[in-house]
Amino acid sequence: MAEQDLSFNGEEREEIEKITSRFPNNKAATLQVLWVAQRKFGHVKPEVQKLVARTLDLPEAHVHGVASFYTQYYKEETGRFVLDVCTCLSCQLCGGYEILHHLEDRLGISAGETTDDGMFTLQEVECLGACGYAPMLQVTNGPYVNKLTTEKVDRLLENLRNGQTPEFESMAMPHLEKRNQAAT
Amino acid sequence: MADDWRSYEPKLIPDIPDLHKIGVYEENGGYRALKAVMQDSDWSREKVTNEVKAANIRGRGGAGFNCGLKWSFMPDPDGGPRYLACNGDESEPGTFKDRKLFEFNPHLFLEGALIAAYAMQVSTIYVYIRGEYLDYGKIFEKAVAEAYSRGYLGEDILGSGEDIELHTVYGAGAYICGEETAMLESLEGKRGYPRVKPPFPAQKGLWGRPTTINNIETLANVPLVINNGADWYSSIGAEGHPGPVLYGISGHVNRPGVYELPTGVPVLDLINEVGGGVRGGKDLKAVIPGGASTPVLRADQLEGVSMDSESMREAGSLLGTAGMVVMDEDTDMVEVLWRIAHFFHHESCGQCTPCREGTGWLEKILIRIKEGEGEIKDLDLLLDLTTQMEGRTICALADAACWPVRHTITRFRDEFEARCKQSAHALA
Repeated sequence: MAEQDLSFNGEEREEIEKITSRFPNNKAATLQVLWVAQRKFGHVKPEVQKLVARTLDLPEAHVHGVASFYTQYYKEETGRFVLDVCTCLSCQLCGGYEILHHLEDRLGISAGETTDDGMFTLQEVECLGACGYAPMLQVTNGPYVNKLTTEKVDRLLENLRNGQTPEFESMAMPHLEKRNQAAT
Repeated sequence: MADDWRSYEPKLIPDIPDLHKIGVYEENGGYRALKAVMQDSDWSREKVTNEVKAANIRGRGGAGFNCGLKWSFMPDPDGGPRYLACNGDESEPGTFKDRKLFEFNPHLFLEGALIAAYAMQVSTIYVYIRGEYLDYGKIFEKAVAEAYSRGYLGEDILGSGEDIELHTVYGAGAYICGEETAMLESLEGKRGYPRVKPPFPAQKGLWGRPTTINNIETLANVPLVINNGADWYSSIGAEGHPGPVLYGISGHVNRPGVYELPTGVPVLDLINEVGGGVRGGKDLKAVIPGGASTPVLRADQLEGVSMDSESMREAGSLLGTAGMVVMDEDTDMVEVLWRIAHFFHHESCGQCTPCREGTGWLEKILIRIKEGEGEIKDLDLLLDLTTQMEGRTICALADAACWPVRHTITRFRDEFEARCKQSAHALA
């Protein structure tokens, strides 16, 4: 999309105004408005960063500095689904790398790449804070898929190809009874 | 701590269906503490702070500082804005507890944050949630909307004349933003570069104004103290580090997850009974007690060690966030340490040279060792590097990167030496 065609619509402008009203100045809204932009455009490439800067009346350099600092902003276009596979400590111990390599095999790409059909971008990421449910991955800044096995990964890919994104999965607290049973 | 953890009833996240809904929370005594402090003139701001101080709630974000004491550092109001910033940016490997509060008992944390705001005369609260936790954030935002609709938040709360606003803000993927001053920078819409202290946030925090930063779980303890008193609270768990704790157990255990128990549970009970023992009937090799930065302990160092700061310090480690990572006998400590070093290198913000360069060197040397190119002298080089980095940076990320290196190498030196001796260099 050409730079001059990029814009926020009325609804998004309203959302941005709501965001800026929470802070004493526009600069503070930078991260939150980058999120709005990424939801709309799917990424925050330099032209999107310029739009955010224009909208908030901030220097482009500031917005670029912020966008490049945080890993969750996509600085280039991604596949339709981004698979963020955690390989950090607990996931490493529980097979995170096996999951990552299985996905590389299945998708025919290496971590950091996008499939030719534009369907999947695969990434190796740092701790996602789901250590007790390792190994796990996150789909496009959205739902977590926990306690992965290679079979579960294959099912996930099939579902995603059919347009079905996973639901929010609640990982319940273990029951007290279980603890008491364990103690006896 | 004796064996009474086995009969403990959860208080932070009791097993009540739909507790995240405000009606269910209220039916179970929710917002009673907030009503008390807002409506009962006996609960002055000073009394709230003193009660929290006396209860000795120690910060659950890892540092373990007395929460009430921290509140008391806020200067007297001067008519300008003052802030409470709630830290929900957990992202140290092994730590995954705050998301449980957001999902299962968001009102408890919210009530604690409101009481904190009352005590410190704060009228704006920011809740900073890591960007990856969007799902949990949505659940929390719903709780916030419910609290506004019932008059617990907003103008003239419960007819008390207090006005408190609360805003939920999302990070975007940066471990450093869990560091309190980096979080302030991020809340101000900037890169998460930690600030030089002093001035401390209580003097100059958000936009140069007095600000207190508390962890989500720390604040969830506050209503318990108001409802039951400081004596009741400090009688739970370990002396000197009391109260309920959300323990994260991950790695090679049969039943990983988040468990609520008192402080001071013996480490071996947590692994063998709570976590269901080591997976596959294997022997235990090592434990990282409280997030990746806390020094690893060998299995033979764990006898009699319990999950509180004093016992952990005696054992040569730290309680941190109580996010325990368990490793079985087959674990390759060289691989583990390399992955931890990779994490800290990736997450260094790059502001201070010793950390930006040093974390990279640590990782590079560990890659060399792991790939069979290491020499024995590399181990001493690593240890030397940690002394060059530690204490020479604005924030503690460099220290956090150094502790695992130093302690994993000293506590598993044989394993590292064996790997170096296998290398091509050793043959020359």
